[in-house]
Amino acid sequence: MALKMVKGSIDRMFDKNLQDLVRGIRNHKEDEAKYISQCIDEIKQELKQDNIAVKANAVCKLTYLQMLGYDISWAAFNIIEVMSASKFTFKRIGYLAASQCFHEGTDVIMLTTNQIRKDLSSPSQYDTGVALTGLSCFVTSDLARDLANDIMTLMSHTKPYIRKKAVLIMYKVFLKYPESLRPAFPRLKEKLEDPDPGVQSAAVNVICELARRNPKNYLSLAPLFFKLMTCSTNNWVLIKIIKLFGALTPLEPRLGKKLIEPLTNLIHSTSAMSLLYECVNTVIAVLISLSSGMPNHSASIQLCVQKLRILIEDSDQNLKYLGLLAMSKILRTHPKSVQAHKDLILQCLDDKDESIRLRALDLLYGMVSKKNLMEIVKKLMTHVDKAEGTTYRDELLTKIIDICSQSNYQYITNFEWYISILVELTRLEGTRHGHLIAAQMLDVAIRVKAIRKFAVSQMSALLDSGHLVASSTQRNGICEVLYAAAWICGEFSEHLQEPHQTLEAMLRPKVTTLPGHIQAVYVQNVVKLYASILLQKEQAGETEAAQEVTQVMVERLPQFVQSADLEVQERASCILQLVKHVQKLQAKAVPVAEELSALFAGELNPVAPKAQKKVPVPEGLDLDTWINEPPSDSESEDEKSKTIFREEEQKHTQHRQPEVDEAELARRREARKQEQANNPFYIKSSPSPQKRYQDAPGVEHIPVVQIDLSVPLKVPGLPTSDQYVKLEEERRHQQRLEKDKKKKRKREREREKKGKHRRQRSLPTESEEDIAPAQQVDIVTEEMPENALPSDEDDKDPNDPYRALDVDLDRPLADSEKLPVQKHRNAETSKSPQKEDVPLVEKKSKKPKKKEKKHREREKEREKEEQRKPSRHKKQHRKEKAGRSKGKKAKQQPPTCAEAAGPVENGAAEEEPLPPMSSYCLLAENAYIKMTYDIQASLQKESQVTVSIILENQSSSFLKNMELNVLDSLNTKMARPEGSSVHDGVPVPFQLPPGVSNEAQFVFTIQSIVMAQKLKGTLSFIAKDAEGATHEKLDFRLHFSCSAYLVTTPCYSDAFAKLLESGDLSMSSIKVDGISMSFQNLLAKICFHHHFSVVERVDSCASMYSRSIQGHHVCLLVKKGEKSVSVDGKCSDSTLLGNLLEEMQVTLAQC
Amino acid sequence: MQFMLLFSRQGKLRLQKWYVPLSDKEKKKITRELVQTVLARKPKMCSFLEWRDLKIVYKRYASLYFCCAIEDQDNELITLEIIHRYVELLDKYFGSVCELDIIFNFEKAYFILDEFLLGGEVQETSKKNVLKAIEQADLLQEFQNQERASWAEVASRHHEHSAPTCSVSGAESCCITTALGEVPTEEGRGTLSITDSV
Repeated sequence: MALKMVKGSIDRMFDKNLQDLVRGIRNHKEDEAKYISQCIDEIKQELKQDNIAVKANAVCKLTYLQMLGYDISWAAFNIIEVMSASKFTFKRIGYLAASQCFHEGTDVIMLTTNQIRKDLSSPSQYDTGVALTGLSCFVTSDLARDLANDIMTLMSHTKPYIRKKAVLIMYKVFLKYPESLRPAFPRLKEKLEDPDPGVQSAAVNVICELARRNPKNYLSLAPLFFKLMTCSTNNWVLIKIIKLFGALTPLEPRLGKKLIEPLTNLIHSTSAMSLLYECVNTVIAVLISLSSGMPNHSASIQLCVQKLRILIEDSDQNLKYLGLLAMSKILRTHPKSVQAHKDLILQCLDDKDESIRLRALDLLYGMVSKKNLMEIVKKLMTHVDKAEGTTYRDELLTKIIDICSQSNYQYITNFEWYISILVELTRLEGTRHGHLIAAQMLDVAIRVKAIRKFAVSQMSALLDSGHLVASSTQRNGICEVLYAAAWICGEFSEHLQEPHQTLEAMLRPKVTTLPGHIQAVYVQNVVKLYASILLQKEQAGETEAAQEVTQVMVERLPQFVQSADLEVQERASCILQLVKHVQKLQAKAVPVAEELSALFAGELNPVAPKAQKKVPVPEGLDLDTWINEPPSDSESEDEKSKTIFREEEQKHTQHRQPEVDEAELARRREARKQEQANNPFYIKSSPSPQKRYQDAPGVEHIPVVQIDLSVPLKVPGLPTSDQYVKLEEERRHQQRLEKDKKKKRKREREREKKGKHRRQRSLPTESEEDIAPAQQVDIVTEEMPENALPSDEDDKDPNDPYRALDVDLDRPLADSEKLPVQKHRNAETSKSPQKEDVPLVEKKSKKPKKKEKKHREREKEREKEEQRKPSRHKKQHRKEKAGRSKGKKAKQQPPTCAEAAGPVENGAAEEEPLPPMSSYCLLAENAYIKMTYDIQASLQKESQVTVSIILENQSSSFLKNMELNVLDSLNTKMARPEGSSVHDGVPVPFQLPPGVSNEAQFVFTIQSIVMAQKLKGTLSFIAKDAEGATHEKLDFRLHFSCSAYLVTTPCYSDAFAKLLESGDLSMSSIKVDGISMSFQNLLAKICFHHHFSVVERVDSCASMYSRSIQGHHVCLLVKKGEKSVSVDGKCSDSTLLGNLLEEMQVTLAQC
Repeated sequence: MQFMLLFSRQGKLRLQKWYVPLSDKEKKKITRELVQTVLARKPKMCSFLEWRDLKIVYKRYASLYFCCAIEDQDNELITLEIIHRYVELLDKYFGSVCELDIIFNFEKAYFILDEFLLGGEVQETSKKNVLKAIEQADLLQEFQNQERASWAEVASRHHEHSAPTCSVSGAESCCITTALGEVPTEEGRGTLSITDSV
C-alpha cells in the first residue's frame, strides 16, 4: 500500500501540473493548437490511472482548457469520479470542473444525485459548501426535484455558512422545480429573521428575486420588509428590499404612500450612491403608481429631480449616465419637472461619451412640446453637422425623425418647417437612413393635404439639384430620398409650378445610375407628370407644345428600356409603346389627355401597418376545418407501422372535424357574400363609382386649408429651416397680441356690463394650448378595416420561465405539496388512508415518474461503482444486470400488453384521482412536539433499515438537547455511536426554534425480518421559553411492519413466470369483501404501501412482485371480483408471507 | 447576475462564471461578442452598456477587464461595487494581485468568487468572512496534502521542473505585471479609478 502511494506521488511528479500546462501554452504561441492536443492526449492517459490525485490534476487542467474554448464534455464521467473523491482537495476540483462544464444536456449528471446528497449531509461544512456551490451552477429539474428536500433541511443547518448557501440555492431549485416553492416558502420566510445577517441577506435576496417576477404573491410580506428596511443598516440588504418595494407598489398604492417618507429620508441621508440611486428609482416607481390624484407629492418629485441633476452634473461618467436613465423614467409621468432641466440635457449632447449622448437624446424625445420642438430640433441639427462618427450621426437623424413624428406629428405646428428639415437632412452623406427620410416625406405629403403644394415644390427642387443622383455611386442610402421625391412630384403633379422642367430632370441620363427600384418609380411617375402636362397644354390649346413633350418622352424613354433591372425595363417598354400610340393620335389631332390622366385617377389613402392583422375572421369561416377531405387511412396501410406518431395526430384532427351539410354550406356562402359587401378591401366585380378622378365623393369633405402666405411658397434654391423658426416666433407673437387684444376687449366689455370690476386673476401667459398651428392641418388617419379588434394583445410572452413560480404563497400548504423525500417509495405505513392526507407528488403524472425510474436505475449503477465489497452483493448485482439488459431488449420490441401496463406499474390512475397517500405516519405527539416517521430499507443492506423521523416544534418554546432512545429487542436494535451503552440515547443533531420542523435519521439493525416488530421508545428534550427551561419527555411505539422490509423491485414477466414455476415457494391467500375502489387505485395502494411493482395486468387481474432486503421473493396474484378482492401470494418464507398478507388485509379493508 | 467574465486587453478570457444554463456554443458566442464590444469602447466612456436585453457593467483594472451581465431592473452601481469587492478579495488573497496570479491559480480565483457570489447573488458581504472561509478550506486542503507533500519533497529532488511556486521569465512578467490598483471607494460611491499599466 505504502509503496503504491510512493509510486503514485512520484508518477505525479513526472506529470504536468496546471502551472506547467499554462507555461507550456504560453511558450508555444505559434503552434498552440498542436501543443494542446498533445496535452489532451496526456490528460487522457492520466485519467486512465487509478490514482485519484493524478485524475484530479488532469481534471484541473481540463477545466483550464475548457476556459480556452476546448470541448471537455468527453471527460464528464471522470469529473464525477473526482467529485466523489473523499478528500476535499480533489472534491473541490471536481465540483469546480462540473460547475464550469455541466449543463442541462449533460447526461451523466443523472449519476451525481447520490454523490451530491452524500456531500450535502457531510459532517464537514466545506464538503457541503462546495457541493452547494457546484449545484447552483448545474442544477437540473431532476436534481432539483430529488434534492429539494435535502437542501431545505440544510436551510436550518446549525452553521450559518451552510444556511446562507442553502437559502440562496433554493432560488435555483424553485426555477427548476416550481412545485418546491410552496412547501419551502415558510422556512424561507423564517430565514428573513435569522440571527445571522448573512443568512438574512440571502433570504432577502431570494424573496426579492421571486417577488420581482410575481409581485402580487408577496404583498403580504410587505409589513415584514418594512420593518427590515427601517432597522437594517446593511446597504446591500437595503438595496434589495427597496427594489422589492419597487415591484410591490404598483399593486398596492397604500404601500407607496407609506414608503415615500422613509425613502426620502434615506435619499437625504445616505452617502452611498448605489443606495441613493435605488431609492430614487423606487420613489419614481411609487410616484408612477400614485400619479393619479396625488398632487402633494410634487416635493418628492422635485427632490428626485434635484438629486438626479446632481448626478448628471457629476464628473463621473457612470453617474451622469444613470442620472439620465432615471430622468427618463420620471419623464414618462412628470414631463414638466424634467423639462425644467432642458438646458442640462442639451449640454449632455456635447458630452464626449457617446452612450451619454444617446441617453440624452432619449430624454429629448419626451421633452418636446409644441413650444420647444423647433428649438430642440435646431440644436440637434447643429449636432448633426458636428458629429464625427456616422453611427452617432445616423442615431441623431433617426431621433430627429422620431421626435418630430411622435404621436401622429402632435408637436409639429408648421409642416413647411418639417419638410425643410427633411430636405436639409438629405444633405447628409453616407447615412444609412435615406429610406427613413423618404418614408417621412411620403407620409407627410400624403397625409397632410395642405402641405402638398409646398412639398411638391421642394421635391422638384431635389430632383433638379442632382447632388443626390451623384451620390448614388457611393453606394449609400441617401438616394432613397429620390424615390419619395419622384413619387410626390408625379402623384401631385397638378401642384407643380414648372412641370416641364421637372420632367426634364427626371429623364436625365444620369438617372439610370440609380438603383433599380428608384428608376422604376421614376418611369412610372414620369408618365403621371406627362399626363398632367398634356392635360394642361391641351386645355390651353397649345397642341404644338403638347407634341413637343411627347417627342421628349419618345426620345428619352429608350434609356430605361435598356435597363438591366427587369421592373424598369418592363415598365419603360410598356410606357414607351403607350407614348408612341399617343404620338400617333396627336398627329391625327385627337385629344388624348383626358383618357391618359384617367389612368392615374383616384386617391391613395394610407393604410395602418396593423390593418391586415386586424381584419376580423368572417363569421362562419373556420380556419381549422379541412377544405378537402384528408387522404383516407386505408391508402397508407403500409406506412402505418413506420409512422406511429403521425397516426395519432391524424386521428386527433379528424376527431375535431365537424360534419358540414349542404344547408350549412349555403348559409356560410351567404354570410361570406354579406361580409364581402361590407369589406372595403374586397374588389367587387362591378366598377366602383369612386374611381373617378378628382370629382370623387369623399375628397371634398376633407377641408383643404389655406396656407399661411407669410411664407414664400417656393424657396429659391434649397430651403433652410432656420428661417421658419424666426417666422414662427413672429407668428406666435402676432397671435399673442391678437389674443391679448381680444381679451382686453372682452374685459372692457365685462367691465361695462358689470358695474363693479374685478381684478383679472391671471396675467396672460403662453401655455401649450395657446399656440395655434400655422396650418389648420388635417392629418389623415391611417385606415383600419371595419370591425377591427380594438385591443393590442401582440406583446404578451407566452413562455415566460418565471410563470411557473406564480403561485399563491399565502394559501395554507396542502400536504400534497410536500417535497419528495429520499426513498419514500420504499416506506411503509400501517395507518388508515382516511387519516392520512399526503398524496404522493409523483403520482400526479406519468412523465416525471418514467424519468425517475430511469434515473433510479442509473443511481443503482452509480452505487455499484462505489461498491467495493465482494461477497454476497455480487450475486445481486448480476441479477440486476440481467434484469436491466432484458429491459433494454424489451424496449426495442414492439409494445406488448405487458409493456403497455409497464408505465403504470406503480398505479398512476388516469380515470380516477388517487386518494391521498403518505409514507410518513404519526409516531407520537404532545403540546410541544409532533413526530412522524417513515422506514426506509435498501437492498444493499440486508439487516439494516433507516428510520426517518420528522420532528415538528408545535410550541412557542425553543427545543434543544433532544435525545431519542428505544428499548432494543433481541431482534431489532438501534445503532448507537461507538462507545455508548445500550441504555444511552442518540442525540438529535439539531435544535428546533418555535414552529420549525426538521428530519433526523436513525439506523436500526434487524436479524430476522419475517415478523413485524414494535419497539418502545422515548424522546427527551429541554423546552426553553421566556420563563425558563423545563425537561420534557414523549413516549412512542415504533412499529416495524413486514412491508417495511420490502423494496420495490421491478421484475419482467418471463423472470416472474420462471420464479413461479420453480416450485420452492410456499403459498397462501386472502380475500377481502366490500371493496368499492377502482382496481387501478387498488393496485396503486398496494404498490405504495407494501412496496410492490406490477409485473403484468390483464383486465381485473394483476401479478405483482417485490423482494425483501434479505432476498425473499414475494409474488402476488391480485384478482378483483364484483365487490371483493382476492390476493394469492407465493413467497420463499411462509411466515413472512402470512404476516405480509395480514398487513395487506388491513390496508384493503379500508378501500 | 447572469454571468461574469474576466478578460485581458488582448481579448484572452481569464475567467468565466455563468449563473444561467447555456450551451457551450452560446457561451462562446456571447463571450466573443462582448469582448469585442467592450474592448472597442474608449477609456473615458461610462461603464455601462445595453446589450441584447441585458445590461453590461464592466470595469478595467490594469490589463484586466471585469465584465458582468445583469438584468434590466438590477442596480448598476452595486454591480460595480461587486466587481470592486471581488478585486479587493483577490488582492487580499494573493497580496497585490496581478494578471499572472489569476492565470496560474485560476482555480483559486474561482474558489474566491464562489465564496463571494452564489447563483449570481452576493452571499457574503463581509470581506473578512469570505477570506476566512477560503483560508479554512485551504487549510483543510493543506492538512490533507501534508502526507503527499512530504513525498513530493523527496521526489522534487529528482525532478527539476517541480518548483512549487510559479516562476515567470522576465520577458513575460514585464508585459503583464501590474498590481491591480486598489483604490478606496470614494464616499461609498463605487467610483473606482483606473490605474494603468506602467
